[in-house]
Amino acid sequence: MTVLLAALALVALGYVAGLPRRLIGLMLVMLWLAVVLAHLVLPEGTGLLRATGGNLRGWLALGVVVVVVLGYRAGVSRLRKGALASVATPVPPASGPFSDTELDRYARHIVLREVGGAGQRRLKGARVLVVGAGGLGSPALLYLAAAGVGTIGVIDDDTVSNSNLQRQVIHSDARIGMPKVFSAQAAMTALNPFVTVRPYNRRLTADEAPALFADYDLILDGSDNFPTRLLVNAAAVAAGKPLISGAIAQWEGQLGLFDPASGAPCYACIFPEAPAEGLAPACAEAGVMGALPGVVGAMMAAEAIKEITGAGQSLRGRLLIYDALWRENRTVGLKRRAGCAVCGGVHPAG
Amino acid sequence: MTITLNGAPLQTGATTLADLLHEAGFGPKVATARNGAFVPAGLRASTPITEGDRIEVLAPMQGG
Ligand SMILES: [Zn+2]
Repeated sequence: MTVLLAALALVALGYVAGLPRRLIGLMLVMLWLAVVLAHLVLPEGTGLLRATGGNLRGWLALGVVVVVVLGYRAGVSRLRKGALASVATPVPPASGPFSDTELDRYARHIVLREVGGAGQRRLKGARVLVVGAGGLGSPALLYLAAAGVGTIGVIDDDTVSNSNLQRQVIHSDARIGMPKVFSAQAAMTALNPFVTVRPYNRRLTADEAPALFADYDLILDGSDNFPTRLLVNAAAVAAGKPLISGAIAQWEGQLGLFDPASGAPCYACIFPEAPAEGLAPACAEAGVMGALPGVVGAMMAAEAIKEITGAGQSLRGRLLIYDALWRENRTVGLKRRAGCAVCGGVHPAG
Repeated sequence: MTITLNGAPLQTGATTLADLLHEAGFGPKVATARNGAFVPAGLRASTPITEGDRIEVLAPMQGG
C-alpha cells in the first residue's frame, strides 16, 4: 500500500507541477525498479519489504503488463498515422491557409527572400489570364500552375495538332484533336492539383474581353495573330490591368510588360498597327525553333511571378529581345507615345 | 562609319535614323531604339547616327 500511495503522490505532484507525462512515467519506472531491487537484495521479512506489499513475482508481472499495454498503444497510433498518410490529400479551395502538403510543395519559393510565405500567399490569391495555349502558353501555363498561382484562366479556340508538338510541350500525342484549353487544363492539374484552371474554349472577342479581363489581375499574351494582340492590349488598357506580352518568330523573341495605368507604355505605343502582309509571318509560314517558345514563355511566367510577388525590377517600360541564333539578349527602353489611340485617352500621359 | 544594327555590325553612310531605315529597307511600321532608348517615329528624321551607335529596329512579331 505504501508503494501505491507513493506512486499516486508522484503522479499528483508531477501533474500539479506541470511536468511532462514522459517524466512522470520515468519516475514511476524508477519507483518500480527500486521496489524490484529491494525484493532482490533485501532478506525476506524485512520491514521495508512488508511495507511494499506483495512479492517479487507480483511486481515483475505488473511491469510486464504495463510494458505490453504501452507497446500496444504505440503500435495502434503508428498504424493510424500511416493510414492517414496514405489517404489522398483533399484539394483545398484556392484561398485560405496552406496545407502541410502545399507548404512542402512551395518550400523552394518560401525560402527565397524575395518571395517568402507572403509572396506565396499572393501567388495563391492571384488570378492570371493567359491568352493562347500554344508555344508561349505551354511553358507559361505549366510554370504558373507549378508556382501555385491560385486561379489561371486560359483562352484559345484551337485544337491540338500533330505539328504543334514540336514546341507546344503542354500538349501530348495522345491529346491530338482535343481543344487546347482542355489539354492544357489536364496537364496543369496533373502537375498541381492545388490550383484552379478555367478553360475558355473560344477565340477572344471584343464583346467578351471587358467582362473576362475584369476577373483577372494580370494578363499574359501568347497569342499567334495581330488582331488578337491588338485586342488584348486594348482590353488590358481599358481594364487597367498589366499585360505581359511575348512574341516569337523563327529564332527571335520579344517580351515586354505594358501598363499605362502605372505610367508605362502600352503595346500600341510601340507597335501602333499590324505590319504589312508578309513582313511578320506566322509560325506556320516562317518556322520557329522548338525551344524558342520554351525560353520566352518561361520568361513570361518568371515576369508574372515577379509582378505578383513584387520581387525585383519588372519589365515595365522595357522590351527584351532574345536572339537565340546569336545567343544575345538586348533590352530597349520604351516610352509612352503621345497621342496613342489606345492608351492616350484612358490613362493620359503625365 | 560602323554601327550595330540589331546586334550585327553594319557599315553605313546614313546620317539620321530615318535615312538608315530607308537605306536598310525597313518600312514605316517598325519601332526604333538608339543606344537602348526608344525613338518615336516622329523623331527619326532628327535623330543623328554616329559612329558606334547601337540601333534596334523592331518589327512587331505575331507568333506565339
Ligand atoms: Zn499606348
